[in-house]
Amino acid sequence: MEKKLTYALFTGCTAKESTPEQLMSTYAVAEKLGIELVELSEATCCGASHLQDYDDFLSLVLNARNICYAESRGMTMVTICNTCQLNTAMTKHRLDNDPELKARVNEKLAEVGLEYKGTSEITHFLYAIIDDFGLETLKEKVVTPLSQFNIAPFYGCHNIRPSELQNETHGKAENPYNPNSLDDLIVTLGGVNVDYEEKNKCCGFHAELQAPKTAALLTGKALMGAMDANADWMVTPCPLCHLKLDTQYEHAGHAVGRDVKMPVLHMQQMVGLALGCTPSELGLKHHVSKVNFV
Amino acid sequence: MTTITTQTITFNVFRFNAETDYLPHYKTIEMEVTSEEVVLDILNRIKWDVDGSFSYRRSCRHGICGACAIKVNGKGVLACKERMNDLIELFGTELTLEPLSIKRAVKDMIIDKEDFWKKHEQVKPYLIDEIDEHPESENLVTPKEEAQLLEADYCIQCGLCHYSCPSLENNESYIGPAAFAAAYRFNADVRDKATLDRLDIVNAPDQGVWDCVKCFECQEVCPKEVNPIEKITKLHNQVFENGVAINNVATRHAVGFAHSIKKHGLLDEAELVRYSEGTVPMLMKHGKVGFKMFKVGKVVMPWNMPKSDKLDEVKALIKSSSTVKF
Repeated sequence: MEKKLTYALFTGCTAKESTPEQLMSTYAVAEKLGIELVELSEATCCGASHLQDYDDFLSLVLNARNICYAESRGMTMVTICNTCQLNTAMTKHRLDNDPELKARVNEKLAEVGLEYKGTSEITHFLYAIIDDFGLETLKEKVVTPLSQFNIAPFYGCHNIRPSELQNETHGKAENPYNPNSLDDLIVTLGGVNVDYEEKNKCCGFHAELQAPKTAALLTGKALMGAMDANADWMVTPCPLCHLKLDTQYEHAGHAVGRDVKMPVLHMQQMVGLALGCTPSELGLKHHVSKVNFV
Repeated sequence: MTTITTQTITFNVFRFNAETDYLPHYKTIEMEVTSEEVVLDILNRIKWDVDGSFSYRRSCRHGICGACAIKVNGKGVLACKERMNDLIELFGTELTLEPLSIKRAVKDMIIDKEDFWKKHEQVKPYLIDEIDEHPESENLVTPKEEAQLLEADYCIQCGLCHYSCPSLENNESYIGPAAFAAAYRFNADVRDKATLDRLDIVNAPDQGVWDCVKCFECQEVCPKEVNPIEKITKLHNQVFENGVAINNVATRHAVGFAHSIKKHGLLDEAELVRYSEGTVPMLMKHGKVGFKMFKVGKVVMPWNMPKSDKLDEVKALIKSSSTVKF
């Protein structure tokens, strides 16, 4: 009998606010695959690398606290946001490799009755599907192959870089210069994966407010790259990349001098489509760039 | 004993001579490559065996001068350090050899690095102090103080991070990861007295650390494990720790996370934008997109803002663990 996969779900903030469809589709896919998700309702924002710029120690304490709650449930933490994944994994790496820092953080956590031990692993839902559930098993569950679609994978920086950390987290990191997890997933679901230069590049999300011109250029180039590769739509495991690509097409289009609007799906929505989930289960109406092919 | 293997590789080699060519072209060269070779061996063989006019920089052959940095299939490499076997495993048997920056190409793999050096100079990458010309004793630095440099002084100025940085590629004012690592190196030196001067430079809008897109390309590509993005984060921290943060969109964006987490546990996304930009600029800049998002259910109203469980615990930790104020 197959062992049931159970994870402590760290939703992050975006899935609870500006990408509700991501959370809906995560639960829909988990149900189809028989994966149990226990939401970490105590978890806070990971700081998204910006709190880290302001107060590094505070961000460590808060991220360590999040991990504590996964530890208290005896589960691997699963994230659904590349940036949450990176910040949480970086915290774990730093605390596990620096006893003095770990002691300082635990001194603070002790004030609220918590202790970071380092016993929980941290993985992204993309890798939970690929590494733990397995692509072969997933293939058997496909009821609606995505064979009519050219799909452009957009990896998002924080799942693929820094590769040393990703290697430590996933055990076998994909190469940031030639990543393959999303491509493999697309093929497993029967779709056609298109290749384009920007698939492993930055979408510009983290500089959106501070450096809007740079951010718009990066978004525009990514969308343009996917379009020129003849993609019908893009797919990403990161809700922040999704937000940038899905909602900022107008600024991005101005920056690159082209209409670059196209549907951008969450990785979970793509999997859900192939598994036979309904559009409403996957929240497909919550897109600014309309998902017009279902 | 290791067995030496051989493979046939197709190289697409960037060719351009700024003195005679209007546009670059790519020359296809097939070559037998052995498992012992590094990229520099291939560059040498192209010049020695195929075309004597092929140009590239090389010097130490030991990964310490940084001269031979190029890109292979978009990946920045030190040619003398990068093993062909690893590249073949990564990209297959068709490899494109290009200079670090096509727009700065002078001749084939050789680029004009003037922008790199100007930016390096911009951050005052040297020790600044009132030097006693007749010291009575050595100026001692403890191992703990030296450790604060965090390997920033390992930089060989190869330019790999600089020419892989997407912020810099899209904004020529941006100072860039290599120069920021140098700025950190001297700010972290206990003997130096110019921290605030350097922070003025790296804190400035458009050129400074706030324009980092946080893509980690600089950490990934660095052949000497300098980890420039770590230094960029440290410079952000120094800006706040030294009380020189300018009250602007960038700094409020960082500080807004702490406010929001204290209030909700989670980030209040809409409020973060309002706090960072101000109400009127937010509406002017993001009103149209915000309305589109609202229409499809992507905006949470303030009264529906989700909160983390055990918020009192979060507030207590923020109170006791905060290390800076803004």
